Amino acid sequence: MIADPILEVEGLRTVFFTAAGLVRAVEDVSFTLRRGEVLAVVGESGCGKSITALSLMRLVPTPPGRIVAGTVKLAGRDLLAISEAEMRDVRGNAMSMIFQEPMTSLNPVLTIGDQIAETVRLHRKVTRAQAWDRAVEMLRLVRIPEPAQRAREYPHQLSGGMRQRAMIAIALACDPQVLIADEPTTALDVTIQAQILDLILQLQRETGTSVLLITHDLGVVAETAQRVVVMYAGRKIEEATVEDLFEFPLHPYTNGLLGSIPHLAAISGAVAERLQEIPGMVPALSNLPAGCAFAARCARADDKCNDVPPLVELRPDHIVACWHAGATP
Amino acid sequence: MTPVLQVENLKKHYPVKSGFLRRTTGQVFAVDGVSFSIAPGQTLGLVGESGCGKSTVARAVMRLVAPTSGRVLVEGTDIATLSKAELRPYRRQMQMVFQDPFSSLNPRMSAGDIVAEPLLVHGVAHGDEARARVAALFAQVGLRPAQMGNFPHQFSGGQRQRISIARALALNPRLIVADEPVSALDVSIQAQVINLLMDLQRDQGLAYLFIAHDLAVVEHIAHQVAVMYLGRIVEIADKVTLFRNPTHPYTRALLSAVPVPNPKLKRKKQLLEGDVPSPMRPPPGCPFHTRCPIAVARCSVDVPVLKERDTGHLAACHLADG
Amino acid sequence: MAETYSRELHRAGADATSRLARFRLLLRRYPLGAAGAFILVVFVLAAIFADAITLLDPLKTNAPEKLLRPGGGHWFGSDVMGRDIYSRIIYGARISLAVSLGATAIGSLLGVAIGLASGYLGGNFDLFVQRIMDILQALPLLVLALVTSAALGPSLQNTIIAIAIPMIPASARVIRANTLSLREAAYIEAAQIQGMSEWRIALRHILPNTVAPLIVLATAQLGSAILTEASLSFLGLGVPEPAPSWGRMLSDSAAEYMRTAPWLVIFPGAAISLMVFGTNLLGDALRDILDPRQRG
Repeated sequence: MIADPILEVEGLRTVFFTAAGLVRAVEDVSFTLRRGEVLAVVGESGCGKSITALSLMRLVPTPPGRIVAGTVKLAGRDLLAISEAEMRDVRGNAMSMIFQEPMTSLNPVLTIGDQIAETVRLHRKVTRAQAWDRAVEMLRLVRIPEPAQRAREYPHQLSGGMRQRAMIAIALACDPQVLIADEPTTALDVTIQAQILDLILQLQRETGTSVLLITHDLGVVAETAQRVVVMYAGRKIEEATVEDLFEFPLHPYTNGLLGSIPHLAAISGAVAERLQEIPGMVPALSNLPAGCAFAARCARADDKCNDVPPLVELRPDHIVACWHAGATP
Repeated sequence: MTPVLQVENLKKHYPVKSGFLRRTTGQVFAVDGVSFSIAPGQTLGLVGESGCGKSTVARAVMRLVAPTSGRVLVEGTDIATLSKAELRPYRRQMQMVFQDPFSSLNPRMSAGDIVAEPLLVHGVAHGDEARARVAALFAQVGLRPAQMGNFPHQFSGGQRQRISIARALALNPRLIVADEPVSALDVSIQAQVINLLMDLQRDQGLAYLFIAHDLAVVEHIAHQVAVMYLGRIVEIADKVTLFRNPTHPYTRALLSAVPVPNPKLKRKKQLLEGDVPSPMRPPPGCPFHTRCPIAVARCSVDVPVLKERDTGHLAACHLADG
Repeated sequence: MAETYSRELHRAGADATSRLARFRLLLRRYPLGAAGAFILVVFVLAAIFADAITLLDPLKTNAPEKLLRPGGGHWFGSDVMGRDIYSRIIYGARISLAVSLGATAIGSLLGVAIGLASGYLGGNFDLFVQRIMDILQALPLLVLALVTSAALGPSLQNTIIAIAIPMIPASARVIRANTLSLREAAYIEAAQIQGMSEWRIALRHILPNTVAPLIVLATAQLGSAILTEASLSFLGLGVPEPAPSWGRMLSDSAAEYMRTAPWLVIFPGAAISLMVFGTNLLGDALRDILDPRQRG
């Protein structure tokens, strides 16, 4: 049993009915977010990480998408079993989300303060003035200078980094138990990214919120998360603590990913050598092979890989779905 | 050796027009006095955050925009002031690879036609000869010549970038300007394209002006690195010196901000305050002083010039003068 | 060599079958569009084979047989001068199609040229051209066509010109807007970098990418050209007598015979409506088919 779980995802399955056929975007994904931790879900585009996040919030566009199986338990309550009205009360309250593009997630015709206050008034019985005070307090919390004045400004008056801070302020306004951050820094410059990640970590420590961080950047994972789930073609293929994953990557895909990114040698001390390539490309989710989806790109693949490999715990707290995990290629 | 490309005091200012009569009310100082040179077979990495002017440098070098002032020397000729017709022979010397693999290929032309077009336009090859050359280029960039008849939408992002590279190689240029060529690609595909670019350089002695925001990628591929901030180069050096011994506080902050995929490395990050100022109203003095952790009074008055600290290592900072 | 040849043959064959399959798929997905296309094809065939499918001369007057009800001798009845209405409708399709296709083709062609030049060259030329287009567009299609055709005098060519001119601004606008956005596309910059001439870039890289919206627009314009022709003829300014224009057939009879001989009004009216309806159905389907967001 995992200690002190806050969010338990079990057998989640989300599909899309498209012209190209049935797309299995999330296929039998399970993981547990513990209280007060940062869990990263990492993978390349189309691996299902963002759809997983949207499924947890029940924000998958329906149609064409549909959550067809699984349970998502927030503090023991299955979010997939409650009514839409009850779910609306969960969103932005017990569980909230921030997105990659802060400009499109903010309403351009409302002030930042109004948007935070609106969320507060939606979920708390407070007066307008109290909600506004909370908005200013939140802006101060996310380290926006002159918060009382900034609360009266509109999104276009803020820079990209400030907008993402405002988004975080909205997301945290009701003291959520879980914050889902979907590529929160991908659209930002590297110095601003460092500020925002630092802010998320500080706030996480101050408020005790658990964070589910969706990202494609292994550097961000290494510096931010405690545990990590690796996804490929809609499935979870590996889960471990961050230290263990980077030191002992068991799945050949994880191993390949780590070898394919250039490390900043001057800092990490790694020798700049030829980057490792993963041959081929990610298969289309509408046309997945039977068996292991990575087999076609894998040097270790053999006949066994025609069956989907089960997730097994090969090291303590380190599970992997591969018939040849850990073996040298 | 004469450099493949030499840029001297390049400036590109865009007028800001507003009001009913479209009067010029200000200037965006996109590039404000940039100088560098690239030797044959070498890669200069140009790094900086969005809006620092690195892409404008690429576009001015390629004459996609006309420089406001400054010189762009290709084999000793200043191409900054040439007419379109005079420019044509120099176009063969330098080609470009773009960031977005989706918008850089004409969706209504086959991959083969896209790669063949420079050959036809410059009258280098026709008919079967051109086809053979295109097939060879396809093989060179790791595409199957059988795919020549396919259209761009039938290729993945990484493959499209290979088509783009094949098109750039068609005229045997000496310099390729690559503007964020891998930043739109997935991590595992990035490695394929980076390796391809490095192999091509080794085999053909190509020089690259490699523009990127990802310092790790630049460190991997470049020989020389220039760091830009608000339209200016603030530090330039060979790769090892710049990354191991950064002098300018901005370079240091930039390096510190890069997330490193190594959880055991517990670094103390040096976070910068605030945002990049608008290039329409660059601050007086050193453009970086508003965010600089070590700025002193002088920094908001005097503009620091690029000065040589060491052989080939230049930085523009009053406090690094030592 | 032989091997490549056979492979190419095979590929051509493979393409043909897949094209047929694609065509069938489109028919199934857009039944209304298919119906529109069918209506237009029937009219086009009727116009082409008018001689073969009519027995009576549409121009021949026959006083004793005037104002006959639809029936044995005259399927659609006969008019005041005893001319066969069925023949006049079939031959009228020629005029309607010639005018609408001719006007749309000329209008689109000029519009493309102007829009491409205006969008690609930009600057003062663009400013000047756009103001002229503004002036043209400020007047309703029919009014402009009325003035032009009154000035030029009634004839088939003049009617085509009169309808074509007011159509120019719409296609010029569409092409210009597309050109402006395409000019920023990276593949246009890539073309510039290769040292291509402006002409080659405009014709080979920009024009083909503006074809889809142009087709959609042209189909819509076809419908309004048919209507405008009918209106001009109705007002006596279109194709002159004795040519069997649907619009003129209506105007000759509308007031006087509406009650006593309604077939004089019903058949030309139905022909106009059906043709416009057909072009609109086809246009709507084409808009969906050619929308890049619909493509897989």
